[in-house]
Amino acid sequence: MLYVVMAFLWASILLYVIMGGADFGAGILEFFSTPNSKPKTQKILYEAIGPVWEANHMWLIIAIVILFVGFPSIYTTMSIYMHIPLAIMLIGIIARGTAFTFRHYDAVHDSMQRVYSKIFMYASVLTPFFLGIIAGGAVAGTIDTSANSYVSAYIFSWLGFFPVSVGFFTIAICGFMAAIFIIGETDNAGDKKRFTDKAKHFIIGALVLAVVVFIAAMVDGVPLSHWLFGNPISIACMSLAGVSLIWLWILLSRESTGPLRTIAGAQVTLLLVAITYEHYPVLINLKNAKGLSLIDAQGGPKTIMSLGIALLAGSGFILPFLYYLLYSFTNYERE
Amino acid sequence: MDDFIAARSQMALSLGFHIVFACIGMIMPFFMAVSHYKYLKTGNTTYRNITKAWSKGVAIFFATGAVSGTMLSFELGLLWPRFMLHAGPIFGMPFSLEGTAFFIEAIALGFYLYGWDRFNKWFHWITGVIVGVSGLASGILVVAANAWMNSPAGFDYADGRYLNIDPIAAMFNKAWFSQSLHMIIAAVAATGFAVAGVHALMVLRKKNVAFHTKAFRIAAVFACVAALLQPISGDHSAKDVAKRQPAKLAAMEAHFNTQTSAPLILGGLPDEKTGTVKYALEIPGGLSFLAHGNFKAEVTGLNAIQVQNRPPVAITHFAFQMMVGLGMFMCLVAVLYFIAIWKKRSWLQQGWLLKLFVICVPLGYLAVEAGWTVTEVGRQPWIMYGIMRTRDAVTPMPGVAYTFYVFTSIYLSLSLIVVFLLYRQVKMVPFLYDKP
Repeated sequence: MLYVVMAFLWASILLYVIMGGADFGAGILEFFSTPNSKPKTQKILYEAIGPVWEANHMWLIIAIVILFVGFPSIYTTMSIYMHIPLAIMLIGIIARGTAFTFRHYDAVHDSMQRVYSKIFMYASVLTPFFLGIIAGGAVAGTIDTSANSYVSAYIFSWLGFFPVSVGFFTIAICGFMAAIFIIGETDNAGDKKRFTDKAKHFIIGALVLAVVVFIAAMVDGVPLSHWLFGNPISIACMSLAGVSLIWLWILLSRESTGPLRTIAGAQVTLLLVAITYEHYPVLINLKNAKGLSLIDAQGGPKTIMSLGIALLAGSGFILPFLYYLLYSFTNYERE
Repeated sequence: MDDFIAARSQMALSLGFHIVFACIGMIMPFFMAVSHYKYLKTGNTTYRNITKAWSKGVAIFFATGAVSGTMLSFELGLLWPRFMLHAGPIFGMPFSLEGTAFFIEAIALGFYLYGWDRFNKWFHWITGVIVGVSGLASGILVVAANAWMNSPAGFDYADGRYLNIDPIAAMFNKAWFSQSLHMIIAAVAATGFAVAGVHALMVLRKKNVAFHTKAFRIAAVFACVAALLQPISGDHSAKDVAKRQPAKLAAMEAHFNTQTSAPLILGGLPDEKTGTVKYALEIPGGLSFLAHGNFKAEVTGLNAIQVQNRPPVAITHFAFQMMVGLGMFMCLVAVLYFIAIWKKRSWLQQGWLLKLFVICVPLGYLAVEAGWTVTEVGRQPWIMYGIMRTRDAVTPMPGVAYTFYVFTSIYLSLSLIVVFLLYRQVKMVPFLYDKP
């Protein structure tokens, strides 16, 4: 049952990166839209994510509940040493969700709309940035559980070249996924073209930032290339991701309506497989200490058993219902 | 500000904020479902308009409740990591089920809010009911987790180690039923009175009277039935607390000395140093009867509890008195309303009854906040009753005071914006729903 729980944890992180990421990306796209195209972008995005945004963010809750029930020492270590970025991320989540809803449900449309939009856009950039920092910090081995000063325990646990570069990379990935998602949500040729260009910009941005991440890894002494290219599975994943990126680029250039979303989703999945395969079962690397492994950190057998059953039963309810929601309100059937 | 006090204040603020939104998100869907059902059955478009108007309120409250709930699931670890390290695997079961319920609620809400004229009308209606039912389930589960902190179960504690963990037994701890029942009824009453009161105000102002009268009636019935049921559940809870947490009961009642035929103390200023209550009204034997169903029974006083294990008396006592007083007032309004419906139809046309409902708008929520203050402050100094002290659970990170200030300002501004949005929603009713 432990493996079922771990699989759910992995899947909910993946789904949060894809669905939540595209959702954050919606705000990032708005952020990077020109003043002329902004109202139109807003409208298309609203129609696309309005009904599904809350469900998109549930994956984070599922992941966090799995962590604190099943693997409490991992959850508490993160909570203690990543307190500051987690708090900022939470502020972003609060600001973003409420601003998005308030913007739509304010009965009077006046200058407040601009305030809501501003908050929504900035929070949409800030939140994935800090999510990236947290993820980067968790694997970089910057958490020092034996630190004896405030700064080394609570600041440099996450503030470093590598985590910050992962933060920027995460923004680019979210924007990329939102752009790819939104191409299929509009029928207007002009809008399609605009979002296709946006998707290409984000791909270029993500590639440039990926290089920065690699440089940062080298500078900070994070064995990133070993994780990504140190074993056959990871190499295969990375090569497939690379090849499919070329395919995606060709499809985008031809303005064809190929399986854009499937490719983008697959790329994120491959990337996550590549990075977690070498790590498994360690979730968090620590400075000067053994990393925190899911196997060592697991709760008691009855806890894992009941958690696994709850997750299996829950997904039996959630997945068909969620599929029907996405099917009804977004254009998945077009692919 | 001391970091420990800051952490407690931040937790209190976050819970106090979230509970209002959680109640509304949990109960309003049922009001909507009733109004929506009436529309589907009668075809009267006023009911459709009421449903739509309410659903906008629900969307605003649900989103705010969802993000403040997300915040809480992190805050447990951010503020109380040493508690979560041990408690997570034990009392996590309701949280993992709640994750499912909450997820279903979010999906169903997506269908409901955006599904008008898109789906079969009964499928659409059912999704609204699912929002309510899963919200209710979430509420019961989360309160069951809190109940575990009052009544730890499902493990053996020996030499500081937590052994033989059984999450199912932890979920069905001794307090889960009485606490969940009390909370659900409170949520119905608070939300019912708040909604009914807002519509009553509009009727008094002679604005869209047909619309607001129908809306008022739906909410008022929910509110009044709940207000009448609550004392029964409250009595059950009090007897339960008397058995499980005598220190909490003693603090609630400002009962300092163990005695038989203990009096019920109404009002007064408890003085913890001298162990006396000044200016209080005493009902002889009242406390013995309420706590144990017998006017002569012995009730444990604070003097039987070691000093370091006593909860703060004044706050707990005031909060308890406030909750009971407000509850009684709402009960009275409920009685008058039912007399009006069954015997004195003429009262319904008179302003005073509606004015009483207007007064009740904030009262239910004040009572809910007061009740949570009793539960949480009354459990102190324990975070896990009898096992782990709150002070031992707090994060080692210094400077929590600053995050407390930041989150205080965020919650304050959010509250202001939500009130502002509701004001605008209500103000716009004539323009949105009165088109000829």
